[in-house]
Amino acid sequence: MSGVELTARLERAGFALDVDLSVAEGEVVAVLGPNGAGKSTLLGILSGLLRPDDGRLRVAGRPLLDTADGTFVPPHRRGIGLLAQEALLFPHLSALANVAFGPRAQGAGRGAAEERARGLLAAVGAAELADRRPAQLSGGQQRRVALARALAPEPGLLLLDEPLAALDVDATPAMRTLLRRVIADAKQTALLVTHDALDALVLADRVVVLDRGRIVEQGPAREVLARPRSPFSARIAGLDLVPGTADGTGLRTADGVELHGHAVEVVTGEAAVAVFPPSAVSVHAERPEGSPRNVFRVRVAALEPRGDTVRVRAAAPASGPDWVDGLAADVTPAAVADLGVEPGHAMWFAVKATEVAVHGMK
Amino acid sequence: MTTARTTGPRSASPARPPRREGVADRHGTGVGLPGWMWVPAGIGFLLVALPVAGLLWEADWAAMPQLLTSDAALSALRLSLLTAAVSTTLCLLLGGPLAVVLARGRLNRWPGALRAIRSVVLLPLVLPPVVGGLSLLFLLGANGLVGSGLDAAFGIFIPFTTVAVILAQTFVAMPFLIVSLEGALRTAGERYEATAATLGASPGLAFRRVTLPLVLPGLASGLVLAFARCMGEFGATIAFAGSLEGTTRTLPLLVYLQGETDVAGAVALSLLLVVVSLVVIVVGRPRGLDGRG
Repeated sequence: MSGVELTARLERAGFALDVDLSVAEGEVVAVLGPNGAGKSTLLGILSGLLRPDDGRLRVAGRPLLDTADGTFVPPHRRGIGLLAQEALLFPHLSALANVAFGPRAQGAGRGAAEERARGLLAAVGAAELADRRPAQLSGGQQRRVALARALAPEPGLLLLDEPLAALDVDATPAMRTLLRRVIADAKQTALLVTHDALDALVLADRVVVLDRGRIVEQGPAREVLARPRSPFSARIAGLDLVPGTADGTGLRTADGVELHGHAVEVVTGEAAVAVFPPSAVSVHAERPEGSPRNVFRVRVAALEPRGDTVRVRAAAPASGPDWVDGLAADVTPAAVADLGVEPGHAMWFAVKATEVAVHGMK
Repeated sequence: MTTARTTGPRSASPARPPRREGVADRHGTGVGLPGWMWVPAGIGFLLVALPVAGLLWEADWAAMPQLLTSDAALSALRLSLLTAAVSTTLCLLLGGPLAVVLARGRLNRWPGALRAIRSVVLLPLVLPPVVGGLSLLFLLGANGLVGSGLDAAFGIFIPFTTVAVILAQTFVAMPFLIVSLEGALRTAGERYEATAATLGASPGLAFRRVTLPLVLPGLASGLVLAFARCMGEFGATIAFAGSLEGTTRTLPLLVYLQGETDVAGAVALSLLLVVVSLVVIVVGRPRGLDGRG
């Protein structure tokens, strides 16, 4: 039995974690949750820095923790890697020596370790930085070296703790794409902790939503994020998603509809998802004309009041594409009244091409 | 899949050169400081510099070679260097681990214990050295708690021997190493060690390959300070080891002795100690002593 199986219960003053989680071999699972949901506690239990009151953990068939029989493998013997928010490269070692550190700690010879390190540095596009010290690297370069270092010992499970937080806005898409590619190439089993729905969408096969120490929802990333069932997932997700294939000017859905948008680090022909916020979607009774817009025919499924706006939830029309099911548009109550929007009515959703981002996807 | 598209705009920028702190930019103006600050600062500087300059003024330069190569002077210098070297090594072997325990240790059952231990360990920093010397004498002297036992069981008698000089120096100098190293360990933090563990490094390996290199500057500065403190040790030595030529009469003790009878000799030896101290500060350049943190 490979992959990761965890059951853990831990109680502290004012907080209790109770989770039952499994990650298949080679699978990437994203854990989404608000602050205080227990994400750090979960990471602590997995990495061995915290001991739960009750729990069992097996990684790749190896028991690492079992409170019933007292099994507790210390962090350095777990084969569980961590890529944290900060790169934390060892400042006294070159980039190459940083990446070679893990293989060396496992007993590899210097030559073999450095060869592996060079290969990984090349994989993250940092081959030419091998001899630099961390102080001579930019923040983004440090992150890439840290990623290579985390992969170097071939961990049975890689923990990604908000790997894209605290990164420059312009460096984030490149790093996200790199993570996706490198993790896929290495067939790395990984657990990604994040509060960003987009990270989960791009990087994860499956999403687990954690709230107040419990798993409140889980499933394939796109389903959970497009049709959130828990209030928290709805709040963080809250994005319109359309799956398809990237092409030069945007995205083509499975049924051949062209969506115009800007590509974010994605190659033509790759599986992709078009992402736009419901606030960018306008609702029309007649098909709107002019301007670079994407227009879809929808059937109104529901109206959800959300403070100052009303969220118009779409369903697929009888004759139309099914991918519009679940799309949302945030409009003013006045617009709802003017247009006479009611569940069951046929309407048009329109969104400007400039509001649509096309991301590569797992 | 190409790697080209993974290189963001930031990664193409040339690496920034390492920041060179402490190198004054002649165009920089800083934020300025109140002008009156220069006056007490200047007086403070003079208070340190003038006595040393006075020594230079007093010195009998013609007789200097002869004064410094007298048997008594050479013997004291040799003893001082030897005992200071051994004591500094002892500080490293005992104080080093003590600093690591104080910085990293966890005694879950007695939460306040480490703080109490630290207070005791740092006591010699504020204790008059002569009191330290007397305490050692009471402990290891002929009638002392441990001393009487050592004498009876093994015929070992420590006071007024070179070993006593070393113990006295270690007693007063060890806190300097501990303070310096513990500070460096706390500054470095445990995050790098935790990272090393996630990469598969055992605590021992993480300590050797990560912790130690990170705190090396702090450790070096602690060693330099401890060595300097050993070279200058007077009070504890004279109380516990006495002043026997060739055995326990280190340079500071010789300076004090000659100050009574032979001023020129005392001045010459004082200058020698000044030179040794300057070498320690310039060569060792302890962190925090040259204002570079």
